[in-house]
Formats: sequence, structure tokens, C-alpha cells
Amino acid sequence: MSFTGKDVLCILDFTRNDLERLFRIASSKFEGDELRGKVIALAFFEPSTRTRMSFETATLRLSGNYIGFGTTQATSIAKGESFSDTVRMLDAYADVIVVRHRLEGAAKLAAELAESPVINAGDGSKRHPTQAIIDLYTIWREKKGIDNMTYGVLGDLRYGRAARSFLRALNLYSPRKVYLIAPESLRPKEELLDSLKMPWEFANLNDILPELDVLYVTRIQKERFPDPAEYERVKGSYRIDTNLLKNAKTSLAVMHPLPRVDEISLDVDKTEHAFYFKQAANGVPVRMALLSEVVA
Amino acid sequence: MSEELVVRRISNGTVIDHIPAGRALKVLKILGITGEEGLMVSLVMNTSSKKLGRKDIVKVEGKELSKEEVDKIALVAPTATINIVRNYDVANKRRVELPRRIEGILKCVNPKCITNAPREAARPVFTVISEKPLKLVCEYCGEYLTEDEVIAQLTGT
Ligand SMILES: [Zn+2]
Repeated sequence: MSFTGKDVLCILDFTRNDLERLFRIASSKFEGDELRGKVIALAFFEPSTRTRMSFETATLRLSGNYIGFGTTQATSIAKGESFSDTVRMLDAYADVIVVRHRLEGAAKLAAELAESPVINAGDGSKRHPTQAIIDLYTIWREKKGIDNMTYGVLGDLRYGRAARSFLRALNLYSPRKVYLIAPESLRPKEELLDSLKMPWEFANLNDILPELDVLYVTRIQKERFPDPAEYERVKGSYRIDTNLLKNAKTSLAVMHPLPRVDEISLDVDKTEHAFYFKQAANGVPVRMALLSEVVA
Repeated sequence: MSEELVVRRISNGTVIDHIPAGRALKVLKILGITGEEGLMVSLVMNTSSKKLGRKDIVKVEGKELSKEEVDKIALVAPTATINIVRNYDVANKRRVELPRRIEGILKCVNPKCITNAPREAARPVFTVISEKPLKLVCEYCGEYLTEDEVIAQLTGT
């Protein structure tokens, strides 16, 4: 199937075949004319340097133009214009609308209001489909497949949108097992757990590290803890360094949606385990593939 | 007064019978009937019922409520039966069926859901994922709405 004119709201809008097709395009594409004469609206109601710049780069590399904003401070939203009205305005100007918003379901609402296709660049704390595609693509490309491997997903699994989007994305594949590694108060809500179709269990990193093929790391934020002392107590168990990785398979892929703070030690960067810079680099080709398919 | 008589008293319209006792006003609220429509509406509350012990009845004269209009009341009155009355006869009788989707009656419990943002064009829409116990999921944010939350929202003020 093709995505022409379709909205990209949630990773589960895709089938495996859709993703394979995107992966093949992404692995071949570095420049093109697909967006010539097209205007992409980048509506970032919540700041995100990385995601926005990779959409900008993807647009430019495909000969397109973009309009938009990266913060709502200097816009009419600051003067009280609703999100809905802003989306209607952008719909009149642009061929594709890329939305990042603090509220959950904002991208779905935009898609209902706009004629142009809408791409969700992260809304609220659950959905971030383009990040999930990048994560899957990185595994597909580097590991030659996504099925039948053992995954660990570590960090804030309750509020972190990248980790939650990644977990939902794994539903499209057949992992051997997924270990959820998170402090009690940052474990996923039942909505997410109910949706998981693969075998999963909660675990301590040390117990299962030798089994893992992929370890997806996300940041644990201090402000998520009701009690700061609890944060101080647990933070050490969620830090990855080369010493810890001695117990891992040599082929273990350590992933991270970036930016990181100190959850992955710098000494991991130069090891074979470091997949996170590859992930970051894949942001542009994956978004190029997606944009070119949506406007095709 | 027999149950039959209560049901048959209107000439044309809709009789909603077997409403759990005390829920008739909630049923009217869900149906959006305020009295200002000019419809003749009668309520019977806490009457005896063989099936339920006590029950409420709502009669709407002169209007046949559609299936879509009525089925939403299953949220607070799953035992209700709908009688369409034509010329003093029950032309059609059925149980309410909980619709697969509920639009606009319930609020999402997630404060970060776009449906809770003021001045935005999103009405709350839920998909029913389980009937017993009742469980719905918000189509915008994916958060669950449980039976207790539904009852609290619909029977609160
Ligand atoms: Zn919601």
C-alpha cells in the first residue's frame, strides 16, 4: 500500500509491510526532488530542537520548503489563538503539517481538522511514531531484522514518550521477549501493558543483561519522583557504563532516543554497543522516506 | 396498577422501562431531554418490578427515539427496555445495547488529553472495550475510563 495523503498519527497505523517499504526507501535515499514546490508546515507547539531540525533537513534534502515555528512564544497562540484555529490556518498554507504538542491526541485532532496529511512529531507522553520508525529502522539495518531477539527497555516507561512508542512498535514484530526495567513508580500504566502482544516481564538489569540483544535506554527524570530521596536511591541502577556492559553479549545494541544526560556513560560511546548516534543519524533519511511517501 | 398499564398509557412515542430505580433523571440527562423541547415526558420512579424489585420508567410522548439516541443510556441503565408505542400498541420492544462508541457524554480522566483543553474542537469519544465490567478507552489519548468513573461522572451533579 502507499501512504499518499495519509496521516501518520501512531506507530500502530503501520503494518510490517509498510515499514519494510519505508526502510528500503530510507536506506537508498539521500537526495531528491520529491518535495519540489511543496510547503511543509512544522508546527512545534512544544520545543524540540532535534526532531524539528531533522524534519527541516529532510525537507531541504528533498528540495522542499518549510514554514512554521519552534515555540509558541512569538506566535498568535501566545495571544490566545486555539490550536484548532492554528491548524486550520496552516492547512490553507501547507501540503503537509508536522505537529508536536504537549497534549495527548493533538495530532489526531489536527488530522480531523486539516485536509492536508498530518504527521505526529510527538504529542503528549505516549505517541512519537517517527521516533519509533527510526528506532525500528536502526535495528533492522544494523541487526538485519527485528524478530526473535531479546529486548530490554529501561528508564521512564510511564511518562517517557520514546520508550512507550518503542514498546508499542514492537507489537508489530515478534520479539523473543521484552524485559521492562523501571523503578516501581515509573512502570507503564495498564493501558500500555494490556496492549503488549509479546512475552514480557519486569526485571532488574543485572539479572537479564547477558540475555539481551537490544537495550533501549531512556532518561529517568528527577522531577517524576514524588520523593527526591527515592530518586537518589534508584538512579545508580539505571546507569550504563563499560564496566556493567562486561556482562553483556558483545553484539548488544545500546539505544537511546537522545538527548541523554548521564544515563549512558561517555566511555560507552566508542564501543560497538553504541547505537544511539546511528539512531540519531537515521532521523533524517527516515523522515525523508516518510515525507516523500506522504506527498507522493 | 399493573406494569402493562403504565407502559400502555401513551398513544404514540417511546417508553423506556426497567431503568434501575433512581436513575430516570440521569437517563433524561443522557438523552438530552430538558423539558424545553416541548415534548410531553412522564417519569415513574421507584415503582415495583418483578425483575428488579424497584425500577424507574420514562415515557416520551409523540416521539420515537432512534436506536442511536437511546442506546447511550445503557451506560447507567443496562437493564432498560425500549418500547416504541404506536396507537396505544407496543410496535417494537427491545433491550438497550451498549454502543461500540460513546461520543460527547463522558469526559476523559487524563488532564493532558486534548479533549480537556478549553476552546479546542475535540469532543471526547470513547470506544467500549469491555461491557462487564464496563471499560472504555479514549480515542484521543488512549487512557482507560472505568465503570466506577463512568458512574461517578453520570450520577454526579
Ligand atoms: Zn483522552
